[in-house]
Amino acid sequence: MNKIISSIAICLLSITILSSCQQEKKLPFYGERHAETVKDAAGVEKIDTVYQTIPNWSFLNQDSVVTTNKATDGKVYVADFFFTSCTTICPTMHRNLMTVYKEFKTNPDIMFVSHTIDFKYDRPYVLKKYAQKLGVDGPKWQFLYGSKDSVYTLAEKNYLVAVGEDSTAKDGYIHQGYLVLIDKDRRIRGAYDGTKEDQVEQLKKDIPVLLAEYKK
Amino acid sequence: MRKYIINFIFLLSIVAIIVSCQNQETIDLQNYMSNGKDIYKAKCQNCHGENGEGLGQLAPPLTDSVFLKTNKNRLACIIKNGANESLIIHGKEYKEKMPAFPELADIDVAQVMVYVTNSFGNKQGFVPYTEVSTQLQNCK
Ligand code: HEC
Repeated sequence: MNKIISSIAICLLSITILSSCQQEKKLPFYGERHAETVKDAAGVEKIDTVYQTIPNWSFLNQDSVVTTNKATDGKVYVADFFFTSCTTICPTMHRNLMTVYKEFKTNPDIMFVSHTIDFKYDRPYVLKKYAQKLGVDGPKWQFLYGSKDSVYTLAEKNYLVAVGEDSTAKDGYIHQGYLVLIDKDRRIRGAYDGTKEDQVEQLKKDIPVLLAEYKK
Repeated sequence: MRKYIINFIFLLSIVAIIVSCQNQETIDLQNYMSNGKDIYKAKCQNCHGENGEGLGQLAPPLTDSVFLKTNKNRLACIIKNGANESLIIHGKEYKEKMPAFPELADIDVAQVMVYVTNSFGNKQGFVPYTEVSTQLQNCK
């Protein structure tokens, strides 16, 4: 009898420990941070850590509509940098990202944003054709076109993804294949190599964790 | 115990006989298949997929055995020089650009071609690289 009780107790205990661990699981913050004095709701001053955020942006999307950060404000989203004529890592990145897109297709809190770095050729109608051929329609996954300056600065300074023109590269550009996870407060919470299946699987696991932070 | 050993040796020699009986072509095929698979993973899988399933309408599947058979004499040229025309695969039209792979030597083209035409449900058998070389010299 005693034995049964104690094994039940152990079971219960381990369940509580496990579930409490899960609640505490939080994704890390990336980028620069600094301490700032802020006032809380009661007007009391305290020191808080402020993390790097994605600034306002404005680009043309695949429907040639001006699209701004308003589209992603208040959502968790995955951002990446690619170009349609890329024959090396982009097909793999988007093949993998497609599986994430399908998994969260019905969740209105999630979006996908792909910036082209080919400012010469990837006009909105080219992006539209690409999206359709990839199998994407609707506004959940935005393909964005902008000037070289605006896109490259956003990539390197804000999303921390290296991009560049390179005449010696096979397709004329070089870039990293990261899928960057942004939270509802525009902070960077993850970067996953979109060419590696295991990292993309991790992204699929981390999205619900991030969403859970906002459910309290 | 002795019996086991004798049985074991007997089995081993049978295996050895079978292996040595395999003709040169089968061995070549195996070589091509394994090297071809490595090339496929490094250069082709991004677009055509791990199982030759393609990528949406951006890259066609490599599972259309009929297409691969009727076009078998130009596959080497497609692989080496790329393609940019309208192709009907599994009844669907594809017209995106496939890049050229000038860095692939004739033997590499032969190996990856043999891999593709004997995977994903295709079964065309072996093609020696000398034949592929001739095809490559006559690309349009
Ligand atoms: C950047 C993407 C890309 C890469 C990389 C690529 N292909 Fe293709 N491939 C295509 C596209 C697009 C077509 C269709 C071309 C057209 O419509 O003219 C195609 C067509 C083909 C075809 C004929 C059509 C079919 O589906 O049977 C074969 C065979 C083929 N590719 C083999 C290969 C092999 C082998 C490699 C690696 C050495 C490779 N491809 C690498 C995009 C790619």
